[in-house]
Amino acid sequence: MTTQEAPTTTPVMEARGLVKRYGNVTALNGTDFELYPGEILAVIGDNGAGKSTLIKCLSGAEIPDSGVIRLAGEEVLYKNPLEARAAGIEAVYQTLAVSPSLDIASNLFLGRERRRKGFAGSVLRMLDTGWMNEQARSRMTELGIMTIQNISQPVETLSGGQRQGVAVARAAAFESRVVIMDEPTAALGVKESSKVLDLIRTLRDKGLPIILISHDMPHVFEVSDRIHIQRLGRRGAVVTPQSHTMSEAVAIMTGATQVDEHGAHDLS
Amino acid sequence: MDNTQPGATDTIEPPGPPGDDTSHMTTLQRIQHVLHTRATLGPAIVLVLSVIIFSIVADNFLQPGNISLIIQQVMVVGTLAIGQTLIILTAGIDLSVGAIMVLSSIVMAKLSADAGLPGPLALLAGFGVGLLCGLLNGLLVTRVKLPPFIVTLGTLNIFFALNLYISQSATVRGTDMSDLLLWTGNFISIGETRFTYGAVLMLVMFAVMAFVLKWTMWGRHVYATGDDREAARLSGIRTDRVLLSVYVVAGLIYAIAAWILIGRIAAASPQAGLTANLDSITAVVIGGTSLFGGRGRILGTLLGALIVGVFRNGLQLAGIDELWQNFAVGVLVLIAVAIDQWIRRARA
Repeated sequence: MTTQEAPTTTPVMEARGLVKRYGNVTALNGTDFELYPGEILAVIGDNGAGKSTLIKCLSGAEIPDSGVIRLAGEEVLYKNPLEARAAGIEAVYQTLAVSPSLDIASNLFLGRERRRKGFAGSVLRMLDTGWMNEQARSRMTELGIMTIQNISQPVETLSGGQRQGVAVARAAAFESRVVIMDEPTAALGVKESSKVLDLIRTLRDKGLPIILISHDMPHVFEVSDRIHIQRLGRRGAVVTPQSHTMSEAVAIMTGATQVDEHGAHDLS
Repeated sequence: MDNTQPGATDTIEPPGPPGDDTSHMTTLQRIQHVLHTRATLGPAIVLVLSVIIFSIVADNFLQPGNISLIIQQVMVVGTLAIGQTLIILTAGIDLSVGAIMVLSSIVMAKLSADAGLPGPLALLAGFGVGLLCGLLNGLLVTRVKLPPFIVTLGTLNIFFALNLYISQSATVRGTDMSDLLLWTGNFISIGETRFTYGAVLMLVMFAVMAFVLKWTMWGRHVYATGDDREAARLSGIRTDRVLLSVYVVAGLIYAIAAWILIGRIAAASPQAGLTANLDSITAVVIGGTSLFGGRGRILGTLLGALIVGVFRNGLQLAGIDELWQNFAVGVLVLIAVAIDQWIRRARA
């Protein structure tokens, strides 16, 4: 059976034979992975399939024991998430990782604030809040994120979906090459979720490749271009919403249907 | 699972963007909302009201001499409260403020009076002691990962014991010290109201810290770290460094408070500042800074310190026993924390 024909362009991000062990537990047992330009790749898998370990390796939160990760064809090794971010890999977490009492613009620039030019910046260390507010406003408008009127209103006054919108805008705002979204809708209601999904599509349409980790099959099938199914520490299969139904994907995920990854993905 | 079916978590949102639309709120909610967005408004109202009430109750409350007295009574605790605000903003608490101040003041005084060190060197050594004490607190919090409450409870006793050992439980008289150490007790007069240099120094430090917290990257990272440490870390902020720097800066501020203390009492006493811990926390809390971190303004702390000073002084002038002054301050703290909790629920 059938994994999807891979596109012929160079992957933005790829991994070969990733292995990660925690003591006696083998979380990743030689996983391969590709993300192509301008696509939404969903990563699904049962608990313990190595889904989150894979994501941690890709985002620099864990260092794989063996295997390689390539970014646009070049081999990379990140020692921590900051290095991965510096290389253009951004992550959005389900926990709405924003600072509630700070305003929207401050959150967008948190950890990479910009100082003023000249004396005020170099000696007084003053932040260029005017510039950052301006950038934040245009960024939020560009992404069509909700009807936020006041860029200096605290994030805690926003709804859950709007907060996630801020987190997504932050991930997409800084010349990022890959955005990893870990269960971005898990903490949200139905209406809010669909707004975030719209936002994910908007980003994709702007050419930013996205890795979407989700348990929510309807969401996965709604937005993704391809679906990476992780099983028993390896890539079980790659399917598309067109080639497989939800229940077929779940069957592969749980092992009810056997697939031979190497049959279709002999890339070595 | 059907995507279009409304789920239980789909709450009905108020119309329009939140934050600016207050038309659907009750009066009480509106008050809650205003206090939420204007953190220093509450303390400012309380200060103005208490000044009005005490000036009616006690004739001499607004006399220049009494104003001078209040300022002097506030300057030590007010300075300590600057450092305490920084630590509480990071969701910590510092119980060793008083001990660090006393230890620094004794070191300054001893070096000047007994060792005969020149004033500037004795002063710098005292600042160094405050800095090191803060560094120890910060390392225990960030490296050993102990809760700030426990760390500072421990170091409170350590620093206080060192202070008793170095001073041999004896007060160092001001007349034996360099004039520089006593400089904070000198004053300038505006009309008949006296402002000591210590009080001026305190106000300058408030202004500097207000600037730093609002306008610098460090200030913003202090708020972010206290607000949600994990979110700050995921945003790329080195939260351990921020925390460590906060404790070191606070230690230095306590040492400056030690200098102001020497000027205030014209001596260095190993028993001074025993109530400074709780008074500094009181000033911060009354000033509207949340004990849960990430929320508060340094200006509020100044107002908080002034409120405590005005209350103590006003009740005294009104002839009320000191035990009832403590009673009133205790009630103030509880009300302030209760209001903080209520405000935080505004849009949780």
